[in-house]
Amino acid sequence: MAPLSHYLVLSGILFTIGVMGVLVRRNAIVVFMSIEIMLNAVNISLIAFDRYLGQHDGQIFSFMVMAVAAAEVSVGLAIVIAMFRNKPTINLDEFNLMKW
Amino acid sequence: MIPAPIVDLVSLSPVIVLSLFAMGVLILDLFIGKDKTVLVFLSLLGLFLAAVSSLAKGTGPIYSFSNSYVVDTFSIFLTFVFAISSALAIMLSVSYNKEQGIKIGEYYSIILFCTVGMIVLASSADLIMIFLGIEIVSISLYILAGIRRTEKRSNEAALKYFLLGAFASGFLLYGMALVYGATGTTHLKDIASVLASSEFKTSPILLMGVVLLVVGFGFKVASVPFHMWAPDVYQGSATPVTAFMSVGPKAAVFAAFFRIFVEGIPNISDYWDTILCIVAVITMFVGNLGAIIQDNMKRLLAYSSISHAGYILVALIAKNSLGMSSLLFYMLAYAFMSFGAFAIIIILDKQNGDNLEVKDYAGLGFKHPVIAVCMSIFLLSLGGLPPFAGFVGKFYIFSAAVKEGYITLVVLGVLNSAISFYYYLRVIVYMYMKEPEGDYQVQPSLAPFSLLVIGIAVFGTIELGIFPGPVISWTMN
Repeated sequence: MAPLSHYLVLSGILFTIGVMGVLVRRNAIVVFMSIEIMLNAVNISLIAFDRYLGQHDGQIFSFMVMAVAAAEVSVGLAIVIAMFRNKPTINLDEFNLMKW
Repeated sequence: MIPAPIVDLVSLSPVIVLSLFAMGVLILDLFIGKDKTVLVFLSLLGLFLAAVSSLAKGTGPIYSFSNSYVVDTFSIFLTFVFAISSALAIMLSVSYNKEQGIKIGEYYSIILFCTVGMIVLASSADLIMIFLGIEIVSISLYILAGIRRTEKRSNEAALKYFLLGAFASGFLLYGMALVYGATGTTHLKDIASVLASSEFKTSPILLMGVVLLVVGFGFKVASVPFHMWAPDVYQGSATPVTAFMSVGPKAAVFAAFFRIFVEGIPNISDYWDTILCIVAVITMFVGNLGAIIQDNMKRLLAYSSISHAGYILVALIAKNSLGMSSLLFYMLAYAFMSFGAFAIIIILDKQNGDNLEVKDYAGLGFKHPVIAVCMSIFLLSLGGLPPFAGFVGKFYIFSAAVKEGYITLVVLGVLNSAISFYYYLRVIVYMYMKEPEGDYQVQPSLAPFSLLVIGIAVFGTIELGIFPGPVISWTMN
């Protein structure tokens, strides 16, 4: 069995990739995908902790995270579509009606 | 073999009642045609029954579902606050939705589902439950923020709220995962006992987890430096939705914040204490200084709500029982003041205008003296002037912090209260001392439900300010 630290490092790297994606990319869908990467990075560390501690809480937690992520996807895509109908772009920099 | 958890449906009754009503509203909406008034009454009935059923268990802390759900004074009181604030939001929406052409029956059921999430959040004693509660609340709010589908500002508000909210959820979740990994349990009680007795205290994983929790919760309650979404979302959403999201969900997230930090990880408070003090101080300053330069009333109240998050953080930092009861009292007081101010904004709202500027209030004191007096009461109470509810709330919060020796923090808080009077009084000066530019144009639309909300809010603001005793003694339980 690979040591816990390997999983944690993998999860940390994936999480960082997700955060960088949200901060750097300007396409709403790509930003959205980066958020999903962050959530799945957390799932990896939850499962790894769970296996390492010999418990069940972490696995249950990760199922809840997946269910919530699915609900979030449906709402998020609906928002993107509603937005696209009024203004045919998904570039986040063009949504600047309100500032300061 | 995992033992089956104790199923205690009576503890869960507010959640069950409200979920059933929310689904009932959703189904009934299919059969009633264009007029949605029946749904309003059904939703109000559901909120009332949920609030009453929360009393079914008495006040002692009762844990159920293998220690992940708790009914205590804290959760019961907050259930009442949520029921009141959701009911006020629904009543405010009735005439507003007619005028703005929002003909969606789901609106009411989403508000009820959001309230379910808030109750779950206030009663949860487990990281998994807290995460689920926060997501139920947030996902409902993303939909509510974008409820005016054809309006570009509403779309933009929903998108910004959604992306930043989901981003924050990621941080919150990572924080929870690391705390779980470091302590080996997700129950707050067990986390507290593990941390009370072990050498884990300085484990880097745990400290990293705590910092990520602060970031995640900071986003959700709109504390500085994670507040950038709040003014945009508050301005772009429909005004009743703005009023709703500035009170109930914020109180619910603060409840979870309080449970994790004060009940779960108080033993490592040396590490998070300083971070939260700094966050509280800059939240108060940025909120109040930001509000000074705003001309749009909704953005002004958004910044004011940021600064109020700073005051409530002071109650959390105090970590004592007085801090808990002052937090509860402040939530109730804030519900009345904030809904009152937003109700006035709604009845003065120009059709399709939605951007009521501060200068549009010029001359209101002469044309509509009663409305102007009510608005002055709400604004002065938000600022913290006696004899209104806001003063008593701030007084209790600051005395809780003084009791624990946070003198500098309290001095800065009081200083901020003084700064906040500048922008609250500016609106009052416009109402009473300035002549309107050109003809006086603002026509209040006096719908019975909106007037009822203003009446309740005025009553609550003054009553809690003059006779805070009964409510305070309830929160002290």
